[in-house]
Amino acid sequence: MNSEIKKTKMVPLPSQSIIPERDIAQKPILEVSRLGINFGGLAAVEDFNIAVGPTEICGIIGPNGAGKTTIFNLLTKVYQPTSGAILLDGQDTSNMNTVQINQAGIARTFQNIRLFPSLSVEDNVKIGLHNQIGYNMVSGIFRLPAFFSGERRARKRVMELLDIFDMTHLASHRAGSLPYGAQRRLELIRALATNPKLLLLDEPAAGMNPSETEELMSNIEKIRDSFQIAIMLIEHDMRLVMGICEGIAVINYGKIIAKGTPEEIQKNPLVIEAYLGKKKGKIHVKRDRDPGLLQ
Amino acid sequence: MRGLRLRSNIDNLLTYGLVIVAYIVMRLLIAGGNISSALQGQLVPITAYIVMAVSLNLTVGVLGELSLGHAGFMSVGAFSGVITATLLTDTIPTTWLRLALAMLVGSLIAAIFGFLIGIPVLRLQGDYLAIVTLAFGEIIKNVMNTIYLGYDKNGIRISMESANALKLDEGGKVILNGPMGAIGITKLSSFNAGFVLILITLFIVLNLINSKSGRAIKAVRDDKIAAESVGISVWRYRMMAFVTSATLAGAAGALYALNYTTVVARKFDFNTSILILVFVVLGGMGNIRGSIIAATVLTVLPEVLRAFNEVRMLVYAIILILVMLVRNNVTLRQLFQKIGIKRRNSLANNKEGDDA
Ligand SMILES: Nc1ncnc2c1ncn2[C@@H]1O[C@H](COP(=O)(O)OP(=O)(O)O)[C@@H](O)[C@H]1O
Ligand SMILES: [Mg+2]
Repeated sequence: MNSEIKKTKMVPLPSQSIIPERDIAQKPILEVSRLGINFGGLAAVEDFNIAVGPTEICGIIGPNGAGKTTIFNLLTKVYQPTSGAILLDGQDTSNMNTVQINQAGIARTFQNIRLFPSLSVEDNVKIGLHNQIGYNMVSGIFRLPAFFSGERRARKRVMELLDIFDMTHLASHRAGSLPYGAQRRLELIRALATNPKLLLLDEPAAGMNPSETEELMSNIEKIRDSFQIAIMLIEHDMRLVMGICEGIAVINYGKIIAKGTPEEIQKNPLVIEAYLGKKKGKIHVKRDRDPGLLQ
Repeated sequence: MRGLRLRSNIDNLLTYGLVIVAYIVMRLLIAGGNISSALQGQLVPITAYIVMAVSLNLTVGVLGELSLGHAGFMSVGAFSGVITATLLTDTIPTTWLRLALAMLVGSLIAAIFGFLIGIPVLRLQGDYLAIVTLAFGEIIKNVMNTIYLGYDKNGIRISMESANALKLDEGGKVILNGPMGAIGITKLSSFNAGFVLILITLFIVLNLINSKSGRAIKAVRDDKIAAESVGISVWRYRMMAFVTSATLAGAAGALYALNYTTVVARKFDFNTSILILVFVVLGGMGNIRGSIIAATVLTVLPEVLRAFNEVRMLVYAIILILVMLVRNNVTLRQLFQKIGIKRRNSLANNKEGDDA
């Protein structure tokens, strides 16, 4: 597989950037070239190319089953790509596994929320901080000073992070007992806790009402601004996508069919035909719950 | 705000408290001569089973992986502990020190076996651990049945044939005698030693659970994919829980074996593994105090039921079934909660009410 990756990197790449003006002077945080995967001979994702700026918010849209979640699973090595290369902050990720990808700077949420349901909200976020808490198993068992200072600092950070979504009062609740919207927010906070350079959000507004979505939009922008990170999101809610994304990639049948700014995407005839529906102007996609395991 | 944390601290103190109070009560009863000799004979085995149950709970309840060969680690710890204690008889005359060293060696050997099993198995998805630990328990039992080991002035001898094949000198001594097991053991274990081992076990297990590593272990139990996505190595924390569990079982094995003059490998068979699993399941997955209570009650019960002689296993089975029914019956659980056993959930429930 490695030799294949090296080979494909030699091939001249098609233009792939959707980096906004603001980030153009800087190196992209994520460069993906010719990424692809087959499931039983069927290409779920094919020739996927993209570059994302270090503080960009970019969107991936496309009909259900288009391969959007699969792209996230490839970026985080839940699936091993059958072809292509992924550079994170200029670093080749072909030999990394899911854990190393997170440590290198990619964090994500899942389409069908994946929390640690039996643990408290506080512990869920602390698990996100795991690799930044500086004490080991021995200090933990023997309650050495490193344990207390590590836990104290972790707890302080947890509260700061929970405060982004006004969730500090829920800290001691079981994550599994939270209402749906709060679970989504907690999952996002947990991802943020790992201190990522790139945050992947898989349908973050799913199941939210318009006012919750509105709040989420401003929070996503707030996160980008205060943490100075890139955010890549999959969404069906066009108001959210068109409202906060600086670059959008549209995919259908595993392939990118259009890339550009929200204005360009809205005008693109290919997109209108394949995805946005024949009805002019009105943009609406029905969301369904995918049955897949790794959504 | 600090509800769950405070509750887990109180929970831990209660667990230590229970063990200490039970120990003091038993000591008083023994001093007063109020304990049957049969029950006195059970004291060390009970402490060993408590350590077994608590350590297995780390794998089954906290990590969420099924192990069907926990007695295998007890066996490894038992025989290596006996060998250590016997070899050190002249070097270290102090009884408690020899026992401590025997338990230390027993736990280290069990840890090594746990690690070796973990290397291939804990990387796999699925219930392979159950199958492999089951096989491990059976293999250890059969291997121990064929080992002859003794020592004399010239050192240690091992044979797979017979005790005579060891060709020991005049002053030589056989330690492992094949199917006869470990023989001529000097009894080193005591109720006090068992009590200390329980406290050490609780210290290790409870502090581990309530630390960064324990959180990672529980994260792996709740959702492996999510755990990896936040940078937690599933393999590493499975290994940590499983090896810690095996280590403590090894110490329990040494404690158990050094309570008798002979010990056979059959003692640590599949039935024993299942018995310990029953302690864990009845006591509650992840509930350390529950494991302690279940191990104690279910070890004492057959003794108490001796009065019923013929039907005692029947009564034992009925009690087991009743406990399981009660634990899983929603109506009964609600009833218990009404009459004040609701501490466990009250805090969270109240707060949920506020949010709704
Ligand atoms: N593990 C898998 N095995 C086989 N097919 C898969 C797997 N994961 C995803 N697919 C297929 O890949 C396609 C894209 O799925 P997905 O990425 O989940 O779509 P979406 O764009 O809705 O997120 C679907 O046809 C799906 O059935
Ligand atoms: Mg999807």
